[in-house]
Amino acid sequence: MRQQEIICTVCPMGCHIRVTGSDDQIQSLEGYTCRRGEQYARSEFVCPMRTLTTTVRVENSTEPLLAVRTAGPIPKEKLFDCMGLIRTAVFHAPVALHQILISNLGGTGVDLISCAERKER
Amino acid sequence: MYYSTDIVIIGAGAVGTAIARELSKYHVRVMVVDKRDDVGGDASKSNSSIICSGFDCPPDTLESQLCLSERAMIEQVVKELDVPFRVCGAIMPAVTQQQMDILPHIYEDAYANHVYDVEYVSPEQILKMEPEINPDVLGGLYIPRDAVIDPFLLVVAQAENAAENGVQFLLNTRVVGISVEHGQVQAVETTGGTIRTKYVINAAGLFCDEIAKMVDECDGFVVKPRKGQFFILDKNTPCKTSHIVYPIPTPETRGKLLLQTIHGNMLLGPTAEDLEDKEDHSVTAEELEGVERDCKKLVPNIRVQDTITQYCGLRPNRIPAGFHIGFGKKTQGYFGISGIRSTGISTSLAIAKYVVKQFQDAGVKLERSFTFQPRRTGIEKFSEASDPRRAELIAKNPLYGRVICRCETVTEAEIVEAIHRPVGARTVDAVKRRVRAGTGRCQGGFCGPKVIEILARELRIPASEIEKNLAGSYMLTGQIRGEGEQGNA
Amino acid sequence: MREMKYDVAVIGAGPGGLAAAAAAKKQGAGKVLIIERDTAAGGILQQCIHAGFGLTYFNEELTGPEYAGRFAKRAEEAGAELMTDTMVLKLSEDGSVVCSNPQSGVIRVHAGAVVLAMGCRERTRFNLKIPGTRPAGIYTAGTAQRLINRQNEMVGKKIVILGSGDIGMIMARRMTLEGAQVEAVVEIMSYLAGLTRNKVQCLDDFGIPLLLEHTVTRIVGERRIEGVWIAAVDAHKKPLPETEHFIACDTLLLSVGLLPENELTRAAGIVMSPVTNGPEVNQYMQTSCPAVFACGNVVHVNDLADNVSTESELAGTAAAQYAAGTLPAAEGFAHCLPGRGVRYVCPQHIAVHAGSCPVRLYFRVLSPGGKTNLRAVCGQQILAERTVLRVSPGEMEHLDLDAAELGNQEIRVEAEEAER
Repeated sequence: MRQQEIICTVCPMGCHIRVTGSDDQIQSLEGYTCRRGEQYARSEFVCPMRTLTTTVRVENSTEPLLAVRTAGPIPKEKLFDCMGLIRTAVFHAPVALHQILISNLGGTGVDLISCAERKER
Repeated sequence: MYYSTDIVIIGAGAVGTAIARELSKYHVRVMVVDKRDDVGGDASKSNSSIICSGFDCPPDTLESQLCLSERAMIEQVVKELDVPFRVCGAIMPAVTQQQMDILPHIYEDAYANHVYDVEYVSPEQILKMEPEINPDVLGGLYIPRDAVIDPFLLVVAQAENAAENGVQFLLNTRVVGISVEHGQVQAVETTGGTIRTKYVINAAGLFCDEIAKMVDECDGFVVKPRKGQFFILDKNTPCKTSHIVYPIPTPETRGKLLLQTIHGNMLLGPTAEDLEDKEDHSVTAEELEGVERDCKKLVPNIRVQDTITQYCGLRPNRIPAGFHIGFGKKTQGYFGISGIRSTGISTSLAIAKYVVKQFQDAGVKLERSFTFQPRRTGIEKFSEASDPRRAELIAKNPLYGRVICRCETVTEAEIVEAIHRPVGARTVDAVKRRVRAGTGRCQGGFCGPKVIEILARELRIPASEIEKNLAGSYMLTGQIRGEGEQGNA
Repeated sequence: MREMKYDVAVIGAGPGGLAAAAAAKKQGAGKVLIIERDTAAGGILQQCIHAGFGLTYFNEELTGPEYAGRFAKRAEEAGAELMTDTMVLKLSEDGSVVCSNPQSGVIRVHAGAVVLAMGCRERTRFNLKIPGTRPAGIYTAGTAQRLINRQNEMVGKKIVILGSGDIGMIMARRMTLEGAQVEAVVEIMSYLAGLTRNKVQCLDDFGIPLLLEHTVTRIVGERRIEGVWIAAVDAHKKPLPETEHFIACDTLLLSVGLLPENELTRAAGIVMSPVTNGPEVNQYMQTSCPAVFACGNVVHVNDLADNVSTESELAGTAAAQYAAGTLPAAEGFAHCLPGRGVRYVCPQHIAVHAGSCPVRLYFRVLSPGGKTNLRAVCGQQILAERTVLRVSPGEMEHLDLDAAELGNQEIRVEAEEAER
C-alpha cells in the first residue's frame, strides 16, 4: 500500500489529489474536482508518463542541433535512459518535419520524431 | 620562454600603456607585462571617466602639476589616437550653507593649482545650465574644462599605438620576481618566462608595493584598495545632466558625482571604501544605496531604477598618500611609480613624459625614432555612421551589415576587428570594452552567445575555451552533443 | 541605399510577426515583407523546444519549433516575403523603415503600414541590483536556453535558478536531462511565477527544491561563479540576515521577468505605457502613430504564445486595412483603465465608430486569488462580466465586449474575489 499526493496539471486549478492503493490497484482518490483530474491522478499513480523533448545532433545543416520529441508520452522512469540513447545519436540533413529519427525509442514503443525540418547546407 | 629587452613595464593600466607609447617614440626595446587578460588594469577601466583640469588637487604637489600638464595636451592626444572625448564642463553646487562656506576654499585651491577659469555661479545660472540640479541650490562653482573620456579606449588606443610602434605586450603573465645582481636589475621573472632587461618600470598600481618589495624598494609605504562602486543608467533614462555634477568634497573623499558618459549613459558614484583585500570586486546593497542617496541630493530626479549595471573599481590607495615617481634608491635600473590614486587617467599622459625625462636626466640614452607613427584610428562605429556611410561600410565589408549587439548597434565587423587588432580582444569582456557589445540594457543577454561564437571562430579555439575575462572565467563547459555514433536517418 | 516598397512591413518573424504577416495577406494586402534579424523564422520559439504551445490556438499540444513552424508555413503560403539576417535600424512616423544586412547593405522600406513584433528581452541581475561579484557563469534563462538548444553549448554543471518563471523551471528540467545538478529554484514571492504544471513536470519530477519567499543576497566568485548566498525574505521582500545560507554552484540562471523590446518604438516617439513598457494601442493594435501597429510581447508580455498569435492576427488585419485605406475611422476614443485588483488593461484605447465594435480586453490581476468576478464597467453600466475559479498575476485574463456607442468614456476593468 502506498499513499501519494498528486498535483493535477490538467488545468491551472492545480487540485491536490490524494491517492491510496497498491502498484496496480487504486483504493481511494480524494480531492479531484473534475473527471479529467480523476483520470490524470489514476494514470499518474500507476505509471506516470511524460513526453520527452530534447535535441539531436544534425550534420551537414546550417545549425548543429535539431529539436526532437517523443511521438507520445513515455514512462517517466525511462527519461534518462532515453536521453542516453539520444545524446550519442547523430543524424544528417535533410530531415523532414515529424520524420521518425529513432523508432521504438529505448523499447518504449514510442518513436523519436523531429520537431522541425532541416535543409541540407 | 626567454625574452630580451631594454625596459620592462609592469602593469598595462593607464600609466603603463602611456609610458609604453611615450617610450615607443625612442629607439629602445620595451615590453609590457600584465597578469590580467587585457590591458586596462583595474582602476584604469573602472573609474568615473573624467579628465580633470586639476582644480581640486592638493596645491603645490606633483599630482597637481601633472594634472595641469595633461589637461594641456589631452586634446591633441585624443585626436592623434581617435579616442572619444568631450569637454562638458563641471558644476559643483552647494545646497547647504555649510557647503557654501567651503566654496571659497575650493576656489582658492583652484587658483593655487593654476586653474584660473573656475568661476562662481549663481543658483539661477546653475539651474539654467543644468535644470535637473536640486532647486534648493544656494550657489556653486563652474569648472569649464573638466571633460569626459572613454578611459578604457584611451588605454587601448595607447597600447595599440605602442604595439604598432614596436612595443611588445605579454598579457596573462604574472611577475614572480626581479633578478638583481650587484645592485643592478638583470631580469624580470614571469609566469611566461624570463625577460632579460636593464630597466624595470613598476606601474603595477594596486600591486606596486608587492613589486617594489621584490627589489627591496618598498620603504615605508603600503598600497591598500579603496573601492569605488558605480551605477550606470540606461541611455533612455529621462533625467540626464550634460555637465559633470560634483559634490562639495569632504576632507575624506571627493564624494559621489553624476555625469553623462561619453557614450550617453548617466554614471553615478563612486563610493570610497578602504579595504584590505585587493581582489574584492563585489558591489554591496548598502553602499549602492548610499550612492543613490547622495546623488539624489544633487539631482533629485535621477532614476536609479533605470540602472543597467553596477560595478566597482579598486583605486590604489598609497599610505602615506602622494605621487611618488622615480628611480629606486637601492636597485639600479628599478623605477617606481606609486600613489596614483584617483587621478590616474587625468595624469597618465603627463606621467609618461615625466618618466622619460627622469630617464634622460639619469643619463639613459634615449634616441628619438623618426619612424614613430603617432596616429591610430579607432574601429569605425556603425552606430554613429550616417546611412550613406553605413552603405559604404557594408559594401567594403559585408560584416558591417550584421548587427550583433542590438542595444548598442554593434556589428560583426567591429567585433572581428577588435579581435584582430594589435593587443586584440581575447575575451568576452575585452570585446565589450572595445566595441561596446554587451554594454547596453540587455547586458549581453542577446549578443553574448554570438560574441562567444565569433571569438571561437576568429581565434580558432573551441567555444568552451572562451573566457569572460581572467584565466578561469570560462563561459561554457563543452558541447552537449558531440560527434557520437551514427543514427539511422 | 536600396529602396523597397511594400503595403505592410512586419518587424520580427516570431510567432507574432508571422501571424500578423499571414493575416495581412489574408486581408488582401498586396506585398507584405517580414524583416528578421535571425537567420531563420520562428523567433525565440526556435529555442523553446519544450511542449505546451498551441493548446488554445490549435487545440493540440506542440513544441515551440512546431508551433512556430506552422505560422512560418502560413506566412509563406500566404505569400509574405521573409528577409532574414536583417536588422531594423530606424522606424519613421510615416511608416518607412531603415534596415541593414550583409547582402544588400542599407535598405529603406517604404510601407503603407508597419507592424512591430520585436518581442521582449529578459531582465538581468543588474535590473535587480543583486550584490556581489561579476564572475562568468551568470546567465538569463533564455540566453542559457539559446546556448544549449541552438548552439550546442552547455553552460554549467551545478546550477541555482533565481525566479520561478516558466522559462526558469523549464531550464531546470532541460539542464537536469543534460546531466547538470540543479540545486534549487529560488522565488522571492510567496507563490509560483509560472504554471503549476511546470512545477510538477520540471521540478517535482526531478526532486528539485523550490524555495518560495527566498532570494539571492550575494554572488560569490572572482572568475567563475562559486556560489550564492540566499535568504528568506520578510513581508516587504527584505532578506532576513539570520536565514542567510550559502549554496555552492558554478552557474546562476535568472528567470526574473521579461521586458518588451521597444527601442525602435521609443525612438519613433510613439506613446508608451509605463506599466506594460510597450506602446499604447487601440483594439486594432494601432499605436499613437497611425501607420504603426504592434503585437505580441512588444506590446505586453504574454504568458501564452497562443494569445500572441491571436492578437497579432488582429494587428496584421488592421495594418492591411490601414494600408488600403479601409480601416474604420474613429469617431471617438474610449479609454480602458485598470480598476480594483487589476494591474493593466490592453488595449488602452478603443477607437469607437458607428455600428458594432467588438473588443477583447486583455488584463492581468494584481495578486493571486480564488473564485473571482471579472468585469468591465463604464460608469454604472456593466459592459462585460465573467466569473473564473481562480486568478493569478502570471496568467492573462480577458473580457469580450461591444464598444459601440461608447465614445470618449472611461472603461474600468475590475477583478473582485467572490469568496475566500
